[in-house]
Amino acid sequence: MNSPPAGGEGVSAVEVRGLSKVFNVGRPDAVEALVDIDLAILPGEFVSLIGPSGCGKSTQLRLIANLTEPTTGEVLVNGKPARSARLDQDYGMAFQQAGLFEWRSVAKNVELPLELKGWDKAGRRARAREMLELVKLPEFAEHFPWQLSGGMQQRVAIARALAAHPPLLLMDEPFGALDEMTREHMQTELLRICGETSTTVVFVTHSIPEAVFLSTRVLVMSPRPGRITDVIDVDLGPRRSVDTRETERFFAKVTEVREALRGVQPTGVEPDIEQVVEEL
Amino acid sequence: MTRARRVWTFALALILVGAVWELYKVIGPEDGGTVFGWTILPRANDTAMPHVWEMFSRYGQPENRASDTPVLVVVLRGAWFTFRIALAGLALGTAVGLGLAVLMARYKVVERGLLPYLVLSQTVPLIALAPLVVSWGGRLHVGAFEWPRWLSAAVLGAFLAFFPVAVGTLKGLTSTPPASLELMDSYAASWRQTLFKLRFPAALPFIVPSLKLAATASVVGVVVAEISTGLAGGIGRLIIEYAREATSDPAKVFTAVFGAAALGLVMAAIVAVVDLVGMRNRPREATE
Amino acid sequence: MFSLAWPPLVFGAAFLLLWEFAVRVFDFQPYFLPAPSAIWDAFRTNTSLIWEATKVSGLNALLGLVVGTAIGVAMAFLLARWRLVDDLLAPLAVALNAIPIFVLVAVFNNMYPVTSEVPRRLMVTLVVYFIVLVNVARGLREVGAVYLDLMRSYAASDVTILRKVRVPHAVPFLFTALKIAAPASVITAFVSEYFGGLQNGLGSRIVSNIALSNNAEAWAYVLGACLLGLAFFLVAAALERTATPGGVSARERVGA
Repeated sequence: MNSPPAGGEGVSAVEVRGLSKVFNVGRPDAVEALVDIDLAILPGEFVSLIGPSGCGKSTQLRLIANLTEPTTGEVLVNGKPARSARLDQDYGMAFQQAGLFEWRSVAKNVELPLELKGWDKAGRRARAREMLELVKLPEFAEHFPWQLSGGMQQRVAIARALAAHPPLLLMDEPFGALDEMTREHMQTELLRICGETSTTVVFVTHSIPEAVFLSTRVLVMSPRPGRITDVIDVDLGPRRSVDTRETERFFAKVTEVREALRGVQPTGVEPDIEQVVEEL
Repeated sequence: MTRARRVWTFALALILVGAVWELYKVIGPEDGGTVFGWTILPRANDTAMPHVWEMFSRYGQPENRASDTPVLVVVLRGAWFTFRIALAGLALGTAVGLGLAVLMARYKVVERGLLPYLVLSQTVPLIALAPLVVSWGGRLHVGAFEWPRWLSAAVLGAFLAFFPVAVGTLKGLTSTPPASLELMDSYAASWRQTLFKLRFPAALPFIVPSLKLAATASVVGVVVAEISTGLAGGIGRLIIEYAREATSDPAKVFTAVFGAAALGLVMAAIVAVVDLVGMRNRPREATE
Repeated sequence: MFSLAWPPLVFGAAFLLLWEFAVRVFDFQPYFLPAPSAIWDAFRTNTSLIWEATKVSGLNALLGLVVGTAIGVAMAFLLARWRLVDDLLAPLAVALNAIPIFVLVAVFNNMYPVTSEVPRRLMVTLVVYFIVLVNVARGLREVGAVYLDLMRSYAASDVTILRKVRVPHAVPFLFTALKIAAPASVITAFVSEYFGGLQNGLGSRIVSNIALSNNAEAWAYVLGACLLGLAFFLVAAALERTATPGGVSARERVGA
């Protein structure tokens, strides 16, 4: 009931081999969302998936979450097939819309995954309180979601996602609906929370600075068909603060990611096809 | 509109209706009239259209030559009788409606196969069903339980009430936000867990308005049942009796009609309370 | 197409077979529960009578439907235009929705000569009027703010906004209302017959047959009533399909 999740030392948090996903297989309107994906994420890593619309980053996340099945290849989470991991609640998930149940109080929202796992009332209450302390919203336990701002609702959603202390956190553009200031604040908070709980995170985002600030590794993806085109290590160190965003190193990494997204080699001077056409 | 303002405008609207009534009595043709050859103007004489004050004063007067009880007491007793049966019909209809909706939400086949017949069932006149229900009930002896006559009326009320509940609940259960359903999937929640923890609470905004319709429908069903099964004591029977005496005692039928109207309003008020209690923690939507 | 049609057909056929089977096996008396075969025989025998009664009730329902819709739409326009009218009518509408509205038939029967069909038609008109009014008014009023802002930025007059934005937005609501009002008009038409007046429609025929314990005949008339209701609904649905090409959008119904 209140046991820690399985999976020993040296087991990858997420392992993806030869993965591809085609929607509407065999039909004329078939879409190759993902092709030939191989990746391994180690425990404790913070990995971002970034790319333009249609590159399959959300689909990738949903495949890890076992919310959809791959066409070929396999997905292993915590050493088990993705389906087993989902049934064992080995991960927590946060979406762009906080998705809190409006008829439940904040505390009851956080208790939801624990209820489904069959925890007793006292245990749930205690864990929910602990999580709300973690996201710094303990005094809002008896409030209702509509009484909270967007940023606060997302914090509750994160508290909910981590309530069962899963080793893995999956996030699909959770800060996309927030304004820039709140967004930066939430990023700092997220790093603190994940640091305190030692959670592995797979994070989907549109924002280059966000990806660089949060991650240990950034996976750059391209569309049609979706594939990983670049892997960029972000060595900004484990303790990142508000000031990190203003360092030279940060800007350099952001530029590296941006150029990877534009399909230009970081160190070469190979012209872009589009640039050539423009000059003609 | 604030609640106070709503009450005032309602009273004003009623007064206007009364004023139009009296105005027509002044200017309207005594024996009815024609417009382009169609006899659509009602008769304005005192027998066909009694004065508004006559209708209200009738409450204080004795019911008829045989009894001394004022009409008000008789009408109230009748309304109370019908009210309790209608409430039973509403409860039964709601239970059936909810059950059917869950079945249809769970199994698409059931929805496609059953829903057309549920719609069709509402065109079946209760007049035809009433004798069936009465005679089946008459044969039902489970242990010491004997089918009371009023239960037939409640069943018929439930027959009209279950439909709005079934349709509204089905709509609500199938309108759950997909993101929340995915969330429950990510928790590997069973269909039953998802039903009780997500679908039902999310469906309440659909279920509650359907309860309003069901409440009125239940009253209609019970009143029609009273008339067709000859169940005495309710307001339906009173309306029929007084309608028969309308030529000699024109104001009396209005007393019963107002009683039935008041009954309907009380049922609506009860559902409004359920609405307030059930939705108390939700953000107030600016609907009406 | 067939995949959509087979469940109701199978359910219906199974139900009828079970019914017929139960009547024969348990030897139910006709006054208790007539068999579907008996009802069908009664229907075939009395077809012309049933048709006559259907025409009467059907005409009452149709007239009420047409007039009620016309007045309902007109009032909806007034309501959308003048807040005052809305404020006065709204509480009445809520109250009338809450009461068993057909009790008014007893009142109407008194106001008109005993051979008049007007009370029933008036009843149907009233019921249809409220259904249409509520839905169409909603359609006219609940246009998204972004559309209104756009039209105002073009300095469009209220009338232009009405024509180009509100009315097209309200059309699906009108058809939603019709699909509810059509069967409701039929039901109201024969429920109104229970309270006296001319006894020539479907409702009164059903009552009289029940009173004489001619259950199979009564149910034959019920079958006629269901067919009438179904026909009205299908016509309304067909009208909807022709007037809104590209499918009906999933709008919420505002029930009667």
